[in-house]
Amino acid sequence: MLHRLRFIPARLIQSIPVAFGVTLIVFFMAHLLPGNAALALLGQRATAESVAALTTQLGLDRPLPEQYLIFLAQLFQGNLGTSLTYQVPVSDLLVQAVPVTLALLLYALILSLIISIPLAALAAFRPGGSRDLGVRGFTLVGQGMPQFWVGIMLLLIFAVRFRLFPVGGYGTTQLDHLYFLFLPALTLAISMSPTIIRSLRSSMINVLESEYVGTAKSKGSYGISLFRGHVLRNAAIPTVSVIGVNLGFLVGGSLVIERVFALPGLGSLMINSIFSRDFPTVQGVTLFVALFVVVIGILTDVVYTMLDPRVDMSKAVRA
Amino acid sequence: MSTPTLFLAARRQRRAAAPRTLKAWYQNRALVAGIIIVGALALVAVLAPVLAPYDPVEQDLLNTLADPSAAHLLGTDKYGRDVLSRLIWGAQVDLRIGFLAVLIPFVIGTVVGAVAGYFGGWFDTILMRIVDVFFAFPFYVMVIVLVFIFGSGEFSIYIAIAAVSWVSYAKIVRGEVLVAKQQDYVVAARLGGLSHGRVLVRHIGPNVLSQAIIYAMSDIVMDIMAIVTLGYLGLGIAPPTAEWGSMINDGQEFITTQWQQATIPGLVVVVASLGLSLLGDGLSDVLNPERRK
Repeated sequence: MLHRLRFIPARLIQSIPVAFGVTLIVFFMAHLLPGNAALALLGQRATAESVAALTTQLGLDRPLPEQYLIFLAQLFQGNLGTSLTYQVPVSDLLVQAVPVTLALLLYALILSLIISIPLAALAAFRPGGSRDLGVRGFTLVGQGMPQFWVGIMLLLIFAVRFRLFPVGGYGTTQLDHLYFLFLPALTLAISMSPTIIRSLRSSMINVLESEYVGTAKSKGSYGISLFRGHVLRNAAIPTVSVIGVNLGFLVGGSLVIERVFALPGLGSLMINSIFSRDFPTVQGVTLFVALFVVVIGILTDVVYTMLDPRVDMSKAVRA
Repeated sequence: MSTPTLFLAARRQRRAAAPRTLKAWYQNRALVAGIIIVGALALVAVLAPVLAPYDPVEQDLLNTLADPSAAHLLGTDKYGRDVLSRLIWGAQVDLRIGFLAVLIPFVIGTVVGAVAGYFGGWFDTILMRIVDVFFAFPFYVMVIVLVFIFGSGEFSIYIAIAAVSWVSYAKIVRGEVLVAKQQDYVVAARLGGLSHGRVLVRHIGPNVLSQAIIYAMSDIVMDIMAIVTLGYLGLGIAPPTAEWGSMINDGQEFITTQWQQATIPGLVVVVASLGLSLLGDGLSDVLNPERRK
């Protein structure tokens, strides 16, 4: 098993240029601000002293390459600058917000699999049948629903109408978190599931037509055991990479959903910082999210290799 | 095959691609349904000045948060503005920006992807690394940050969406060109003495564009989602302009008493996206039937 993970060091090296590219883009964001960046950031709060202070803090008075090297050096020490609003290190704000967003993402991923696997199976076992049409109708409509609107609709039904769930917030204990995060996670799961269902459905149809499933059937395997032993695992392989690619989308969505449910995660931090024009915090969140997506890409490859012994990533990485 | 026969084969291939029977188009149910839905919405958007019963921004502070009635079919919002009229005018804003926002990234991405795929080499290598970097930023994150940098408003939305989504077109078209340039008709055209530019534009172009056009349909949906989301977050089109996302945001405040205010604009977005998705599915059926499954 472990020898198949030999590709990991090479894969890590491959993602280094991408990570550098990410830091470069985040670095240049400050320079896209029109006019004097420090003045643009401070807006109405600008006085001559505060502009000068921020110019020095952001290092805007030095040549560009030097600024970038300083930015990188600070980054490697875990220093992302100081929040203009809260006057604390941005990294402290991230440490508080990241667990909320990660919990939400993981929860959403689990819920979306709980929704997607049965629906995809239902559709794939008789392609073209009425259940298949129903499931495909759901994916078509589901793709067109704005995520935040799905959230509001779930709030309307489960929190306002039936009072089963809280309208927002994060709670205090672990059990609270699970309860408070249910609706936001379900919102993300609903918007993620059409993509997963489409991919799973088509790969399940392929697997069901294959000879090894025919053999398994002729040996008397049927129903759940056939599904678990032969269909799901093989059909899951292409879907893993689809999920990997779409996790980036899920991360972006979670930022918006946190706003709907008033969750104290990265999304709320980012949007609040945008409204208070707290640029270092916006920059910090953006950088974290992008690097996180790069890491997800690596993890996806690892899961992919674990699921399918035929995949040899060491070749793919070298190519 | 000798060069002249190959060349003739290439011409035949190109001609066969051109006159697709109209029958295949109107027999495709997804396509017809998509055209009807999108067409109807576009008509509503264009005819907004005629169709809307009230001025979408005119306030009537004596008649705020009215329930649906004969005078106001969908009620009024917190400023007494007619919700139906705002919904109709919103079609103009959201659909127009959605369609226009696709054009710039479509052109940039297609050209960059085609050149990279056709000529390969260092340009291609660098492009693919840049694509990887851009893909690390989730769509919403990048759009929100760019709108923050350039200030809210329609122009910023175009820039932000263009900056994010050209990458997808470049990736798609590059992949298509890599396949197409190995085909006999391209080899034949080159052997026939045609220039790289002419082969790329006249021979490869028409055959790879269909994938980009099909993707553009789902991209319009993404863009409309982005515009509505920005509007909801208060980062999009500035009030009081009627826009579906900001209408949902306004309505969320009164969700306990006036549930329809946040619900209906969302439903309209769903219908618009459904129409565009059907259109995209239908187009992919008729534009490259051999790939279907």
